[in-house]
Amino acid sequence: MIISDILSYPFLLRALIVGFLVSVSSSLLGVSLVLRRFSMIGDGLSHVGFGALGIAAVLYISPMALTIPVVIAAAFLLLRLSGRSGGDRSIALISSSALAIGVIAVSAGGVNTDLNAFLFGSILSVSKSDAIIAASAAVVTFFVYIVFYHQIYATTFDPVFAEATGIRCSRYTSILAVLTALIIVVGMRMLGSLLISALIIFPASSAMLVAKTYRAVSFFAAFESAAAFLAGFSASYAFSLPAGASVVAAHMIIYALVFAISRMLRCISRSVVS
Amino acid sequence: MRLIEGNNITIGYEGEPVLSGLSFAVNEGDYLCIVGENGSGKSTFIKTVLSLISPLAGTILFENGLKQNEIGYLPQQSGIQRDFPSSVMEVVLSGCLNRHRRLFGYSKEEKERAVYELSRLGMEGRRLSPFQELSGGQQQRVLLARALMATDKLLLLDEPSAALDAASTAELYGIIDSLNDAGTAIMMVTHDIHPALNAADTILHLSHGSYFFGTKDEYFRSGMGRTFLKEAGHDHQ
Repeated sequence: MIISDILSYPFLLRALIVGFLVSVSSSLLGVSLVLRRFSMIGDGLSHVGFGALGIAAVLYISPMALTIPVVIAAAFLLLRLSGRSGGDRSIALISSSALAIGVIAVSAGGVNTDLNAFLFGSILSVSKSDAIIAASAAVVTFFVYIVFYHQIYATTFDPVFAEATGIRCSRYTSILAVLTALIIVVGMRMLGSLLISALIIFPASSAMLVAKTYRAVSFFAAFESAAAFLAGFSASYAFSLPAGASVVAAHMIIYALVFAISRMLRCISRSVVS
Repeated sequence: MRLIEGNNITIGYEGEPVLSGLSFAVNEGDYLCIVGENGSGKSTFIKTVLSLISPLAGTILFENGLKQNEIGYLPQQSGIQRDFPSSVMEVVLSGCLNRHRRLFGYSKEEKERAVYELSRLGMEGRRLSPFQELSGGQQQRVLLARALMATDKLLLLDEPSAALDAASTAELYGIIDSLNDAGTAIMMVTHDIHPALNAADTILHLSHGSYFFGTKDEYFRSGMGRTFLKEAGHDHQ
């Protein structure tokens, strides 16, 4: 019922396709980012993205044209800072500063753009050109991730060994940084800058509760992300809820269920053993 | 046949020399133990051999077909996350990425080689197990199999027994000895005097600003060697 409804409206279909692609790509990036202890970087980048969006709106320039380079630059900066002591503090400082700049830009510029749309996303107002950019970014991310899958695994699991066998870790960290920045910018328009980091962190977190190999974690994360998006999107249509928040709530519910089930299974297997 | 050689090199960090005038060599089938106090430059030496940092002066030569990225390295285990989701096969296969040319996946030969390396170390039965569920000794054997995937000419082991109990340590030394007997050259950093006394052919002792490199017999006749024995409680000769 809901599905046939959604398929009959072009703007809903467009949002569905883009959201699905972005969800799958971000979940794959998330596996490596979470394992590298870079979870907060996604959050920091989305706030930088918000600041850039605000400035783009004031200056009347294309949002993507400003946001993509700014967020990529911030990704390099944050990755460099995150290795050092006080890295989490730097990320928090940059996040809140960018958020403040965005809010000031939007209100001082007298822009009649809805601040809510920036913060919480508006999946249905995604224009055709935005949709094409977002879908291409997601597809490129997906294929780059698949092509460099083994190198990304090796540099995540044991960077020192990887470097010793001639794999340039900094190269793959940079690739991850650029892809993460791209996905965050394109996903931000739909889910909002305050919610987009959930797409990176939740799938990997749920997957690691049940899957014990890297490949299984990657598959589970991609599957979970797709399922959560479809569930959240359908729920938002059926009950007229905000789309971005519904998708994140779906992730949250799946995580809670997986957590409960994995704990139960562990208890059962323990009582069987003893 | 010589595999690796350093002549009069200076090692150090960010322009600060730790040790200068260092000369050493490893031949095919050698067993070299690297000993020395904390801070004497052992880690700097390893990083230099692995080409992670370059020597401040001089160069390290790789000879007779050994390539710079073909050292089978077993890092100190503290560098790896205990809860990382990964199968044993995924870990071992990542060792051959230095020669890997395929776009997607590993070839049949690479997978067969991984199973072979695991079977040499008695771990083929656990190849589908999660790495995080293995014991410390089993994890070390898996990481050793990964190192062997990179090359079977030269292994560089950084305190391989640091996190192991006595039984696992003895087992690991047995495995390393058998690999050495099969022709793999060993370079091993250790705090433990037993492999230095038993299995090693040559010793490199790094001390603050000075060093000893030579055969085991020469070493234990030297002042440095006698001090090392004394500190380890083996001075009753």
